[in-house]
Amino acid sequence: MTPERRSFTLDSTLETVDNAEQAANEIATQIGFNEEEVLQIAMAVREAAVNAVLHGNAYDPAKKVSLDFEHTAADLVITIRDQGKGLDPAKIPDPLAPENLLKTSGRGIFLIRSFMDDVQINPSTSGTEIKLIKHVHGPAADGKEASQ
Amino acid sequence: MNLKTTTRQVDGVNIVDCSGRITLGEGSVVLRDIVKDLLGKGQKKILLNLGEVNYIDSSGIGELVSAYTTVKNQGGELKLLNLTKKVHDLLQITKLYTVFDVKDDETSAVKAFR
Repeated sequence: MTPERRSFTLDSTLETVDNAEQAANEIATQIGFNEEEVLQIAMAVREAAVNAVLHGNAYDPAKKVSLDFEHTAADLVITIRDQGKGLDPAKIPDPLAPENLLKTSGRGIFLIRSFMDDVQINPSTSGTEIKLIKHVHGPAADGKEASQ
Repeated sequence: MNLKTTTRQVDGVNIVDCSGRITLGEGSVVLRDIVKDLLGKGQKKILLNLGEVNYIDSSGIGELVSAYTTVKNQGGELKLLNLTKKVHDLLQITKLYTVFDVKDDETSAVKAFR
C-alpha cells in the first residue's frame, strides 16, 4: 500500500544522509515514480540531508534532523528540518556562474532545485526547513504534468 | 557500494578504473587519495575511467573538480572516460561537461595526452 505519511528523526551523522536517501528511494518507488524520478527524488533528499547534517547541525550530536514524507493525491512533499543557525537562500552563490564553475562545493541546492518541481527554503533562528515537492502523475494525479 | 579503484598504466598514462559511488565521505576520500598518491609519485597524466560509477552526488562532483584543478595546477592533465548516463547528465546540468575533457574510447583518450 502506498504510504500517506512517514516521519523520521535522525542523528546528525553521515549515516543519516544514506538512510534519508534510502527512505526516499523506497517511498518514491512505492508511490510509482519512474526510475529516473526516483533517482532525482532520492538525490534531492540526500543533498538536503547533507546540508542539514553538515551545514545546519554541523554534526552536533545534540541536534537532530527531522524528515517527513507526505503523499497527497497531487504531490510527494518531503520536509527536512535541522536545528542549525538557518540558511539564507539569498546568500547561496550561483554554481553555474563562470567564476563559480570550478568551486568544489555549493551545488547541492542547485541540484535539489533541478530535480524537484518546487523547493521552498524556510530559514529561522531555530534552524532551516526545506520543503521538496514532486508532482505525482498518472492515475493518482489531477492531470498536472511535472514541469522542469 | 563505496568507491573501488584500480590503477594501471598505458603508454605513460595512469588509468584509474573506478566503480561504485563517489559521494560525501568515503567515496570522495578514496578519489582524493588516489589522485594525491599519483601526483606524489610524479604521475601527472591521469585518466579516470568512470564507466562503473553509477552514482555521484554534489560532494563527488566537487571532488572531481578538485582533482581536475589540482592536477592541472601541477602541470598535469586529468581526463574522464566512459561516463555513465547519470554522471553525464549531472555534468551537463552543472555545466561541467565542457570543463572536463571527456572521452568515450580508451585508446584515443590515451593518445590525447600530450
